[in-house]
Amino acid sequence: MSITIQEAIKKNILILDGAMGTMLQRYNFSEEDFRGERFKDFPHPLKGNNDLLSITQPQAIRDVHAAYYEAGADIVETNTFSGTTIGMADYFLEDLVYELNYESAKIAREVADEFTAKNPDKPRFVAGSIGPTNRTASMSPDVNDPGYRAVTFDDLRIAYKQQVEALIDGGCDLLLVETIFDTLNAKAALFAIEEVKDERNLDIPIMVSGTITDASGRTLSGQTVEAFLISVSHIPLLSVGFNCALGADLLKPYLKTLAQHTSFNVSAHPNAGLPNAFGQYDETPEQTQAFIKEYLDDNLINIIGGCCGTTPDHIRLIAEVAKDYKPRVAPVLV
Amino acid sequence: MAENRRDLVLAGLEPLIITPNSVFVNIGERTNVTGSRKFLRLIKEEKYDEALDIARQQVEGGAQIIDINMDEGMLDGVQAMTKFLNLIASEPDISRVPIMIDSSKWEIIEAGLKVVQGKSVVNSISLKEGEEAFIHHAKLIKRYGAAAIIMAFDEVGQADNFDRRVEICQRSYDILVNKVGFPPQDIIFDLNIFPVATGMEEHRLNALDFFRGTKWVRDNLPHAHISGGVSNVSFSFRGNDTVREAMHSVFLYHAIKNGMTMGIVNPEMLSIYDDIPKDLLEHVEDVILDRRDDATERLLDFAENVKGEVKSDEKAIQEWRLGTVQERITHSLVKGVDAFIEEDVEEARLAATKPIEVIEINLMTGMNVVGDLFGSGKMFLPQVVKSARVMKKAVAYLLPYIEASKQAGDKQGNGKILMATVKGDVHDIGKNIVSVVLACNNYEIVDLGVMVPPEKIIAAAIEHNVDIIGLSGLITPSLDEMVYLAKELDKQGIKIPIMIGGATTSRAHTAVKIAPQYRETVIHVNDASRAVTVAGNLLDHNRKIYASDIRAEYDAFRETFLNRSRDKNFLTIEQARKNKLQLDWDEYTPTKPKVIGKQIIEVELDVLVPYIDWTPFFRTWELFGKYPAILTDEVVGTEATSVFADAQEMLKVILAEKKLSAKGIYGIFPANQIDDDDIELRDENGKVLEKFLTLRQQSQKTKGAPNIALSDFILPKDSGITDYIGAFCVTTGFGVDEWAAEFEKDLDDYNSIMVKALADRFAEAFAEYLHEKVRQDFWGYDAEESLSTEDLIEENYKGIRPAPGYPACPDHLEKPTIWKLLNVADEIGVTLTESMAMWPASSVSGYYFGNPKSKYFGLGKIKEDQVVDYAKRRNVPTDYAMKWLNPNIAD
Repeated sequence: MSITIQEAIKKNILILDGAMGTMLQRYNFSEEDFRGERFKDFPHPLKGNNDLLSITQPQAIRDVHAAYYEAGADIVETNTFSGTTIGMADYFLEDLVYELNYESAKIAREVADEFTAKNPDKPRFVAGSIGPTNRTASMSPDVNDPGYRAVTFDDLRIAYKQQVEALIDGGCDLLLVETIFDTLNAKAALFAIEEVKDERNLDIPIMVSGTITDASGRTLSGQTVEAFLISVSHIPLLSVGFNCALGADLLKPYLKTLAQHTSFNVSAHPNAGLPNAFGQYDETPEQTQAFIKEYLDDNLINIIGGCCGTTPDHIRLIAEVAKDYKPRVAPVLV
Repeated sequence: MAENRRDLVLAGLEPLIITPNSVFVNIGERTNVTGSRKFLRLIKEEKYDEALDIARQQVEGGAQIIDINMDEGMLDGVQAMTKFLNLIASEPDISRVPIMIDSSKWEIIEAGLKVVQGKSVVNSISLKEGEEAFIHHAKLIKRYGAAAIIMAFDEVGQADNFDRRVEICQRSYDILVNKVGFPPQDIIFDLNIFPVATGMEEHRLNALDFFRGTKWVRDNLPHAHISGGVSNVSFSFRGNDTVREAMHSVFLYHAIKNGMTMGIVNPEMLSIYDDIPKDLLEHVEDVILDRRDDATERLLDFAENVKGEVKSDEKAIQEWRLGTVQERITHSLVKGVDAFIEEDVEEARLAATKPIEVIEINLMTGMNVVGDLFGSGKMFLPQVVKSARVMKKAVAYLLPYIEASKQAGDKQGNGKILMATVKGDVHDIGKNIVSVVLACNNYEIVDLGVMVPPEKIIAAAIEHNVDIIGLSGLITPSLDEMVYLAKELDKQGIKIPIMIGGATTSRAHTAVKIAPQYRETVIHVNDASRAVTVAGNLLDHNRKIYASDIRAEYDAFRETFLNRSRDKNFLTIEQARKNKLQLDWDEYTPTKPKVIGKQIIEVELDVLVPYIDWTPFFRTWELFGKYPAILTDEVVGTEATSVFADAQEMLKVILAEKKLSAKGIYGIFPANQIDDDDIELRDENGKVLEKFLTLRQQSQKTKGAPNIALSDFILPKDSGITDYIGAFCVTTGFGVDEWAAEFEKDLDDYNSIMVKALADRFAEAFAEYLHEKVRQDFWGYDAEESLSTEDLIEENYKGIRPAPGYPACPDHLEKPTIWKLLNVADEIGVTLTESMAMWPASSVSGYYFGNPKSKYFGLGKIKEDQVVDYAKRRNVPTDYAMKWLNPNIAD
């Protein structure tokens, strides 16, 4: 192994990729495309199960990864955002979780290695994407029964553990616990990762990325930026940051608070602005670049990328502006 | 390398940072079943609301952490801890502070750790059970992300003097920091606070030793903190609160000076050090600091003269209770406090001319404040949910009065409004608020709740004959759900205006995506206060003008919008036909059916029972899961088993009394694909009978993927080889409506639904049965087939059985062709309604394709050129075709 990510992050601001979903939407895949040959007779609809495309349309996934590396990304995220038994239950594909994650990691690994081979001075990394699942462990879905929970810590821990094992087996360099809207879900993921690390006696860098959902400046489950940071800092992290929900401009004050209070590296992968009334993102790569430049001017960033609505064009412009800046140096906290 | 933060940082919804220089951190202690009889009683009686009030009082009273303890023999500690902490999580004004999970049982501690999202404190672990258990627990605590209180306790016993405290703390610290890698700042020692002034010589140094031990820890064990339960120190003065409060205060004063940073203290049992009368202070300090041999006796004597004042349990009436009734109601709504809301609402009601005014004026004023605070980011979602709960309670209280005044005054309601949060969405605060406001304005509300599937909304709208349908949603997919529902309503020819609301909805989306799908009015309603005006306009005598105004406004908006919207990738119908599915016809030899032409079939119901797919039956009851696993499902198993047992009972009645009958008709005919997209059917003599028109996928496919139409599965006519196609209609629905009506007359909705659900299952089972007969025998193209029920459900057979109105052929106008071909109405009595629905409802119709390469697919969106072409083929006006195919026409 040549350069590790821990070494790379000291030298440069690292570029994370942009949206996978936005790119896949361009393919306009039909139900049959999602099914592919293998699932053509599967009794339930599969359209919309983007993670499945790693198996049924691997070339598309490969192409998206390559497009982001081409645009200058140092790290791409595996196509596994919903790859837990909890997420796959919607499609009756729980049994496929290991394979989905393993194959997704493998695809990203192969593309990364091709790019690294072409330019060994710029090593490319693969982050195993671990999404929040569609359930929340510290809130009740039933207004009239606030004590009810649709998912427990142990449900999440077991599901995440399976995903983590497959991601590592498939060749991920690091893990990215992202789009955290409920910190308890994230804590279950971190717990599972620690279990795997312990059992396999290995170390793997972890990125943690929360989501601030609205003007209150809190996570969906109600925590402030600092409370969120405190609640995930018990595990040694490569970085902590925010992604999704808000665009780069609206995210900035929260990112600033975070950067002031942590000695971990700081990451951000915001959306391309807020979605319009039709759920589409209008922010242009140039606009995004301008906002990101403000982050860089304020020395907030170690890892930067994009979430919903961002494309290789966005990432290219982000990478272009980031290369002129030094990575953030963490404050000395006493 | 930068020095990491070494403060003790904890978090609830908000952070709590404890530095050596912090003000003393107060840990609330009343939510402890071992320390508070009242709390224990409330937990035992499951009066969680009141138990939560105790927690809230503590936070309002200044506790910065709250200690929760459920260690009581008669309690299921794991369950009680989980339940109570989950409830606290829904109370943002409590859960803003960190939780201290207090138990002597590890399983209760772990249960607590699994339900708190913030960084909490475990209270406590120690070396009492040896190093191994200690290390194991510490590792897990670290992994769960909590700090821990370490009791000065080891295998030998509790540390009760200075040397033992030093010995145990040093050893615990070394193990934690060096072996476990526990962050030293997350270690909080409880050095055991023991009573003084007990009269026993060996207790005289108890407080002093604690102070010395505290100082030693702070000096020798970097970053570690000290905590303890303060009330122990005054144990011997129980009953004399004045003396106890002074003792607590004096003890804390010195403990803090020596480095104690946090402790369990009842803030109501604490005097202010400077306010303690000089003489009392002197006597107390003599005891605490062991300054005189006779200190204890002197304090006891002195205490005789100091009467413990009786303190009321409640703090002096809270200031906010002194405000005006509006201020109090607003306060309750904003703070989510429901203790006084009924009292205040009653007061407001008595002052109002009509009870409804309390809602329109007082409660809405409060909710507007909530709305403003939320909008400006000063309140957040969980708090708003609580406000909504208080609102609900207030309205529930007022409803009987409103009902009574209605009977007295208005004879008739303003109208009936259905309210629902659409499928896949669980958010209902906004919907509930709108419901309440409308109900208060004399509209009758039919509230279907959350996650309501479109069929249910439509069925309920018809059943209740509502005047308006209100749809709500908060998440983005709900937008599509609303579009779908509008289409469905339109398809079924329903003429009820729709109101759209909820966070992600917008006028833009409503105008561009929803309104065009529905011939009736669709209007977006910004907020609850507007709902009343809009509903009024929709229903008053000028409604036609209003409707056309809205329609015109939205049309204009849409046009502007669409002019700038981009093109999607579609093929022309000619291009799509060129890219049709090309089967290798050389590999295929059509099987000639045994009998050509239509056949009537009747079967005994018991033959069909094994063909029933029970999974959708449970879905009817909103029970989700696969049969039979669902019967033992952890969550819905009991419910599922019970409804299944009832179904079996009714099934027996159906079979024994022949309550339903199964009638069907099917036919298999010579057929060939003509003009790419059509299928020509002939009789045995080659005379053309009918033509099935199929629709072709038009969206641009990835390379190599074809644009399919059903006709692609049938041999083209120019091959010169005759292929075959089948069609069928089966029913088990006769008599169902009458039987269901009998139940409904007795207000027995349950059995009414049960009858319909079972009849539906029988119809599907009949279709399955007949299809099998056709495959294996009547047509016989797969005579070798042998499949289990599971295989059938999983559709593991050869050939397909698509139905008009479903994804592969969404065209309902194919049904009349089938009806004509088989003479369905005359032969078995199943008819088509105006909107091409089958009557009776428990019927299934469709085609049979025998080609083993045929498969189910979805048509997706088509373009206008295909519609024009289709209209020509069907010989209908283009407008008419547009109307029927609208849901599938791309924008």
